[in-house]
Amino acid sequence: MTTLVVPKRHKRFTGKKVSLTISAWTMGFFFFAPYLQMLLTALKPKEEITAIPATYFPKKWAFDNFIGVWKEIPLMGFLKSSFIISLSATIIVIFIAVPAAYYVARNNFRGKKLFLLLVLVTQMFAPTALVVGIFREIVKFHLVDTYLALILIYAAFNMAFSIWILSSFFASIPQEIEEAAWIDGCSRFTTLTRIVLPLALPGLVTAFIFTFIAAWNEFVIALTLTSSPEREPLTVGLTSLIGQYQVQWNYLFAGSIIAIVPVVILFAMIEKWLVGGLTAGSVK
Amino acid sequence: MAQRAANKSRLGALPWIAPALVMILVFVVWPAFEMLRTSFQEVGSTGAVKGWAGWQNFATLIQNPDLPNVLIRTIIWVFGVVFFTMIISLPVAQLLNAKYPGRKVVRWAIIIPWAASLVMTSTVWKWILDAYYGVLNKIAMDLHILKEPIDWLANTKQSFVWLMVVAVFVSIPFTSFVILAGLSTVPHDIMEASKVDGASSWQNYRAIIFPLLRPSLFVAAVINLINVFNSFPIIWVITGGGPGYETDTTTTLAYKISFRDQDVGQSASMAAINFAIILVFIGLFLKASKNQEQS
Repeated sequence: MTTLVVPKRHKRFTGKKVSLTISAWTMGFFFFAPYLQMLLTALKPKEEITAIPATYFPKKWAFDNFIGVWKEIPLMGFLKSSFIISLSATIIVIFIAVPAAYYVARNNFRGKKLFLLLVLVTQMFAPTALVVGIFREIVKFHLVDTYLALILIYAAFNMAFSIWILSSFFASIPQEIEEAAWIDGCSRFTTLTRIVLPLALPGLVTAFIFTFIAAWNEFVIALTLTSSPEREPLTVGLTSLIGQYQVQWNYLFAGSIIAIVPVVILFAMIEKWLVGGLTAGSVK
Repeated sequence: MAQRAANKSRLGALPWIAPALVMILVFVVWPAFEMLRTSFQEVGSTGAVKGWAGWQNFATLIQNPDLPNVLIRTIIWVFGVVFFTMIISLPVAQLLNAKYPGRKVVRWAIIIPWAASLVMTSTVWKWILDAYYGVLNKIAMDLHILKEPIDWLANTKQSFVWLMVVAVFVSIPFTSFVILAGLSTVPHDIMEASKVDGASSWQNYRAIIFPLLRPSLFVAAVINLINVFNSFPIIWVITGGGPGYETDTTTTLAYKISFRDQDVGQSASMAAINFAIILVFIGLFLKASKNQEQS
């Protein structure tokens, strides 16, 4: 193995570079700081939480808060609800968005423009804007306080992102690859599942993660449609603790950290595809 | 190819897009229709429809003594938050784009408020702003900015400013990443050429980069307008729109009238007005995307 030595210009650590680095790191810290505060509070023992004056760091690091939290608040129940709802909504979205995105990417058809417009408008409408109507509809369907109501609504409102992202991935796969498969006797369906989907795997992963997180983080609809604690997802369950007589901030934030960390890691994984999916319809 | 044609001729697009279409019609279009209809109905506090009300709900809403202030506040909220978000996101995007050690870590840090649940972010801000135990007072006193702790959320005007700060904080990540995506489309040689010409970086930015960023900025601004207008968890968690209705926007007001005051009809008329406002924003967005296609 030969190493190619390229004569480099001498790296200069000029003042400009140093100040750039410092300002960027400071900015990064600023955005991280509230979550650091969340973590530090989660690691304080109960008596230090309400110490006056407040302290920055725990005097005694209460790592066992992350064990105690499971007993002190019904975290397991909240996690279970969030997980069932988010996963089901995501699976529905994938099953619905894949065929729609595939067809849109490969064909021109009458009403395509109208369909895409409808999808775009759906994306722009947060469920918050329609919550009054959604509540009345769900009452009519006798689905108040069920997982199913949340699953269906989250699926409907988050489908748009997946349709955009998947159709752009499908469109980037050369048609010739599919045609070769048809000549070999594959049906359109097997071509899709065996050839196209594996090639569009990054798109599928992105759609999956995005929908899951959107459902995981949703608040207004869950707040409105759930009434029994055992069906409350994390967002609603954790905030309901604030209203109670004595807020156990350390456990509240320990629960929040447990809810946030996996989501941030997943989100960072799909970051480079996000902007394209969220601004779809305008950025082509 | 023959198979493709055959596929097209019979049912066409329907088998492929029907599930998506059904979901949109049942869970997006229907609630919108239901909401608009309810705004013209007389609804009892149990939710039962008593009959048509004509414009009565809208009349009740207009006579609502809190409405004028809520409207003004909503305008300040939407335009203030979006304005500051855009202004701050421009340099943030530059910093995300520049080269320095640890850029990846800085990008990850900025992703956190975007990825994390808004409710939990709002909760920790409420805690940071706490009069007795909050870390903000601690920092301000250690830096000798304050002598006494302040109850940041006690006074309505002050707490509304903090709500806006939190809203800007959570809106910057998305916005700066959209601008970052726009920056990556600025051709490298254009930048180099202007440097050779001896243009200063500020001149560079104003004359060359900023015009190229305009499409991304417009898209980011419109999406932010809609998101900020619809924003709910920040206000709900930190002040609950209170005291009274003094930190409410039209979005939280519609929610409160419906689910706390049980006046579904009046709430639906507020929501219908909100709905119309969002439609206007969406129209702007569509216009922006058309312009972009042409350029």
